[in-house]
Amino acid sequence: MISFKNVTKIYPPNTVVLDNISFEIKTGEFVSIVGKSGAGKTTLIRLLLGLEEPTSGEITFRESNVLHTKRQQLQELRQKMGVVYQDYKLLTNKTVHENIAYVMAVIGEEDEKIDREVREILEITGLSEKANNFPNELSGGEQQRLAVARAIVNQPDVVIADEPTGNLDPYNSYEVVALLKKIHDNGNTVILATHDKEIINKLGERVITLDDGRIIRDDLEGKFIL
Amino acid sequence: MLITFKRVLKFAWKDFSRNRANNFAAIFVLVIPILLATALLVFQGVSTSVVSQIKEKIDVTAYFKSGATEDDVLNVKTELLKLSSEIKEVQYVSKEKALQDFTERHKDNPDFLNALEEVGGNPFLASLNIKTEAPLQYEKVTSFLTAGPFSQFIEKVDYSQKKDTIEKIFSITSSINKFGFALGAVLFLIAILVVLNTIKLAVDSSREEITAMRLVGASNWFIRGPFIIQGAICGFAALLICMVISGLAAYFLSSAVAVLVSGFNLFGYFISNFWTILLIQIIFGVVLGALASFILVRTYLKI
Ligand SMILES: Nc1ncnc2c1ncn2[C@@H]1O[C@H](COP(=O)(O)OP(=O)(O)OP(=O)(O)O)[C@@H](O)[C@H]1O
Ligand SMILES: [Mg+2]
Repeated sequence: MISFKNVTKIYPPNTVVLDNISFEIKTGEFVSIVGKSGAGKTTLIRLLLGLEEPTSGEITFRESNVLHTKRQQLQELRQKMGVVYQDYKLLTNKTVHENIAYVMAVIGEEDEKIDREVREILEITGLSEKANNFPNELSGGEQQRLAVARAIVNQPDVVIADEPTGNLDPYNSYEVVALLKKIHDNGNTVILATHDKEIINKLGERVITLDDGRIIRDDLEGKFIL
Repeated sequence: MLITFKRVLKFAWKDFSRNRANNFAAIFVLVIPILLATALLVFQGVSTSVVSQIKEKIDVTAYFKSGATEDDVLNVKTELLKLSSEIKEVQYVSKEKALQDFTERHKDNPDFLNALEEVGGNPFLASLNIKTEAPLQYEKVTSFLTAGPFSQFIEKVDYSQKKDTIEKIFSITSSINKFGFALGAVLFLIAILVVLNTIKLAVDSSREEITAMRLVGASNWFIRGPFIIQGAICGFAALLICMVISGLAAYFLSSAVAVLVSGFNLFGYFISNFWTILLIQIIFGVVLGALASFILVRTYLKI
């Protein structure tokens, strides 16, 4: 479903972030990407979304080469990926409710369905009481849960979560991971970038370990080893 | 498609009501180019009217000697009309008509009528009043009358005294016109830059929002639609303000303008050109607001 082929990313003049990376992710996999801070996890995700161009190599998502898709089609690819960004990327001028409703409106859902499912996901992520607040009126953890809610509400083919538990207490972390697991159990693909050792070790799923721009491990039932 | 359009409208309205400060500024600055455009249009209307009035006023009057018969005069009239296609109108005023006009004009003034009685009989001369298309034709007409085959009938040609005034007025109006338009164009350019800058501030403050929208896969039109409509709403609000301002200005300045430019009814002009003015205000309000948003949002859609 997703493949990176000899991908290298160098920020000028000479910051080598990813060095000749190749891997594949199949439909329905739950893949964690781990690595020290600055290892290139976020960069890898940005490349997949077409937010950055690789210096060399090829990235494909469902047979379409991310680098060579037209801008309109790129947007359609992005609609199929629910992403929790490390810095959330919330719509700051819209309320919590509207933030989630927006991504449903983007894919053209009916008003009724939007209303029902937004309420549901707010319930699940414990944000019901904050529905009419703006993102800057939320705590860090609440913002993060909103980002998660927004990423999964459309039940996209792939959920990509970049450090989705970084601001959460153990209880909420557990909840978010359980959500991701549930999505995975429904047959969707999940990519999780994190440096939370405990979460990785509990998951018992595939782990790709990045270090110094290279993949140093790729284990099917991996542990957090650095 | 329809539902998308409805959503874009809804987003636009919501964002509009949330960004009060920015929109207030945008409306305020949009008023300036709209008013300028309207003022230029009205200015052009006034100056065209002035010029055409002057053109109406400049005419040559040829007075015939009292010996000339009506046939002679009418003969000259026919010849004059043959002389040039630029001769617009030749009006014959007989001795009797001249007398009648005089008494009519001064019927409330017994001094004039007494003077007329003292002179006795009809002291007026038959005349031809000649209007031409272009002012330069007057020379030609004059020389035809004074030096041509009919010069024996002509008592005098009333033109030379007016000549200087005519030319002066022409040069003044045409330079006022040029100056006015140059000044208007410069002010206008400045106004548009101010509009662009103000809307840029509003769009810039949504920069991260636009990026986030791209990230969740929204199409460009879905993103820019609300901005364009907000620009248009601001333009429309500015247009309403300008309509009120220009309508009131036309109404209250009407009498002052009528004194300056005799016979020009500013408010009447405003009413009779209402649709043109509205069109100009729509272009420089709604279209400018929408277009500015369109251009400025584009910068942030690159991601
Ligand atoms: N636009 C950029 N220009 C130059 N260097 C960059 C740029 N973006 C990222 N980098 C560098 O690339 C490296 C990898 O960054 P990245 O954000 O991918 O790390 P990460 O693995 O997500 O780290 P963290 O766990 O802290 O989020 C870092 O050293 C960073 O400084
Ligand atoms: Mg990161």
